[in-house]
Amino acid sequence: MSVFYFMAFLSIFFALMTIFSKNPVNSVLYLVLTFFTFTIHYILLNAQFLAVVNFIVYMGAIMVLFLFVLMLLNLNKDTEPMKSHFVKFMGAIAGMCLLATMLGAFHVIESNNEYVTGNTDVGLVKNLGKVLFNEFLLPFELSSILLLTAMVGAILLAKKETKKVNG
Amino acid sequence: MEVAFVLEKLILVVIVFVITLVVAMYSTLAERKVAGFMQDRYGPDRAGVFGLLQPLCDGGKFFFKEEIIPAGAHKPLFILGPVIAIITACISSAVIPWGQELEIGGRVISLQVASGINIGVLYIFGVIALGVYGIMLGGWASNNKFSLMGAIRAASQSISYEIAMGLSLISLLMVTGTLQLEDIVAQQSGFVNWYIWVQPLGFLIFMTCAFAECNRVPFDLPECETELVGGYHTEYSSMKLGLYMFSEYINMFVSSALMAALYFGGYNFPFMYELGLSQNWITIIGTLVFFLKIFGFIFFFMWIRWTLPRFRYDQLMNLGWKILIPLAIANIVLTGIITLIKDTYFQ
Repeated sequence: MSVFYFMAFLSIFFALMTIFSKNPVNSVLYLVLTFFTFTIHYILLNAQFLAVVNFIVYMGAIMVLFLFVLMLLNLNKDTEPMKSHFVKFMGAIAGMCLLATMLGAFHVIESNNEYVTGNTDVGLVKNLGKVLFNEFLLPFELSSILLLTAMVGAILLAKKETKKVNG
Repeated sequence: MEVAFVLEKLILVVIVFVITLVVAMYSTLAERKVAGFMQDRYGPDRAGVFGLLQPLCDGGKFFFKEEIIPAGAHKPLFILGPVIAIITACISSAVIPWGQELEIGGRVISLQVASGINIGVLYIFGVIALGVYGIMLGGWASNNKFSLMGAIRAASQSISYEIAMGLSLISLLMVTGTLQLEDIVAQQSGFVNWYIWVQPLGFLIFMTCAFAECNRVPFDLPECETELVGGYHTEYSSMKLGLYMFSEYINMFVSSALMAALYFGGYNFPFMYELGLSQNWITIIGTLVFFLKIFGFIFFFMWIRWTLPRFRYDQLMNLGWKILIPLAIANIVLTGIITLIKDTYFQ
């Protein structure tokens, strides 16, 4: 339990550092550390597969892309775009909405659900795969369609840009 | 957790660490010897017999060179870059099974540092994915345009080839049915069960991606000295440069080990159970055979380096996205169909 509290403290600390760092590259690096603490949380919950997927996808791919874009743009302190107060305000409201949704979701879950309590082996690859492809097949497939849509959209956007450059 | 277990693992970690460093050290010598052989010259032969002391001299030189941190550099990240590179290179070998069990005085010792991990293959994959941070941070923190170009190339290259690598691994995992490396190796006992016979295309894709992930020729665009001076480590000097070069050789060692373990049977060798050897002997010979396979792959890495010219950047991206990824997906579909046919008609 003490490990959990220590890691939770670190998660929140790094998350705050992400917001408060002035240098965007430092900010991304703190975000990477935040994700690393999430990985440790997953391991503490015996969800090995989730842990390693979080590690590969968030730390290994998405954050590298973040860094990539930042380095390409080469944002410095003096060229940092100042966001208007309106955007900040909207951001705060959106964050609160997410918080409310999460709290609501936790409230609805019955505490005697076998995936919430008891079965601690559900995070292992085999069990997770069985659950995903049997009981939660439809949401799983739907989310994959969502990802496919996003991918097609990204390719479309990229294609448009090259046309402009060439023509 | 008993004391003997912790002690045993600790000893194993130290041994693996030392072997990794020694192999990396002598890979630098081997590389120059192979280059010499390919180009019809001797290579280093002054320090010790056959130049065997050359790596020690090089290491000493790295330690005593002047260390320069450029004035415009982001100092903490400039130091952090090589540190991350070497740490990620060293921890990736934790799940590789170096051999079967040894039996000493009634105790069964498994020759794998982190045995019983449910996600062995994915762990290595994750650590490799992390390795690019070392290059990116170092290149960016140098505050040098050439370094930055190298860093950006490293990032896009590593992400592009990770996809193809992951996809080629998926088709292998469809055959093995497990993510645990020790199980994957144990399934390939003898010679005919090696997964290279089942997944030749997957192995080719995996190997190509391994070359790209190690930043080896023909994919060494992050350091491409003809265009970028020294690439991401242009501004590095002294042992920091040494750590970058070392991490490259360690990565090469670990990916060779991974290829040998996944596709070439790891510690398995032909007729291993027919010769009537005791378990300990099988383990020892198996480990030696495993290292022989690893050295074979390391030689292959060097052979390619001194044979093929470097890709152009757009060629690299085309190869990754338009050839390797579709091939890997086709391989997955093919593997799926064959598995299905086998399970329905030949069981």
